[in-house]
Amino acid sequence: MKQGLHALILFVTAILLLAGCDDHTSAKYPAPSKPVTVTDAGQQIDGIRRGVPINQEATPPLMARVENFDRPRPINYEMQPPTIPHAIDNYQLTVNTNRCMLCHTRSNAEKFQAPPVSDAHYVTRDGEVLEQISTRRYFCVQCHVVQTDAPELVKNTFKGLDTEFWNKAQQ
Amino acid sequence: MALRRIWEWLKPYWQTLRRPSLHYSLGFLTLGGFVAGIIFWGGFNTAMEFTNTETFCTSCHEMNDNVFAELKTTIHYTNRSGVRAVCSDCHVPHDWTYKIARKMQASKEVWGKIFGTINTREKFLEKRLELAQHEWARLKANNSRECRNCHQYDSMDLTRQSQRAAQIHQQFLGTGENTCIDCHKGIAHHLPNMAGVPQGS
Repeated sequence: MKQGLHALILFVTAILLLAGCDDHTSAKYPAPSKPVTVTDAGQQIDGIRRGVPINQEATPPLMARVENFDRPRPINYEMQPPTIPHAIDNYQLTVNTNRCMLCHTRSNAEKFQAPPVSDAHYVTRDGEVLEQISTRRYFCVQCHVVQTDAPELVKNTFKGLDTEFWNKAQQ
Repeated sequence: MALRRIWEWLKPYWQTLRRPSLHYSLGFLTLGGFVAGIIFWGGFNTAMEFTNTETFCTSCHEMNDNVFAELKTTIHYTNRSGVRAVCSDCHVPHDWTYKIARKMQASKEVWGKIFGTINTREKFLEKRLELAQHEWARLKANNSRECRNCHQYDSMDLTRQSQRAAQIHQQFLGTGENTCIDCHKGIAHHLPNMAGVPQGS
């Protein structure tokens, strides 16, 4: 009787010990991969898979952050719509409301120290000048976009308008 | 005559209340009253707090399919630090007196639920401007009290804000010229047609 009890206790302890040895380390939660470095594009422009064979799983690059420094960026060519130098997360730009125009409308621009949208935005395609922003310019993010700190996927040697000038001004 | 009849009817109850107790001791009545008070008061508050939970609010499809669905994409629902502002954090005052006043107003919402004033998406969209204006008026009148339950100007580290946010907060919020809701309309829900609604002033 007593021996039976001992055996039972041993058995239960062994089961519990085994259950405790569950491997919950590396396999389930792999460490994030190192950021991919920019490589020469060469002949093949493989910006997305970065040379990872098609039958293997590529680790996605880190999520990029939107640049939020509130200083206008230099433009790269004549007539380029300026890029947005701040975050616009959850700014509502719908048929009902336009968050951008809260600050960038003419009447509020000075108050919020924001650059007002140019005069061209108040002109319809028939050349009529309106009091409010023209409907064809209403959806700001069609032309104006935020920029992120994402690394270039392929090496780029593009030199924009006045790049030299801006570089000098920065120094 | 009628008064007299009412008095006749009430008289035995009044006399029972007036007379000292025959069967129960003063101790029993005092302690019993105390315990009953705790139970009723606690029960009342527990029931009221239940109506302040996210589960309760989203148990109606009007809330769940419209405003709650919209909240889910905003920073008040998910964010890096894992603090969530639920419906009642913004829409019900936290102080007891104001809370009771708001809860009494909310009986209108029960009426709305029973008679289905916003029980379809179309009805809701049609009524959204009016409903939104009520909330804007409330927050404007109480100087954005529900915002300030969490967001205190004195606790803002302006150096951790973007330059433009810091400058504008100092100039307009810090001086008391404007209140939160003046600029931050539609932070948690989609906006109705804003034509004619003053924003940022």
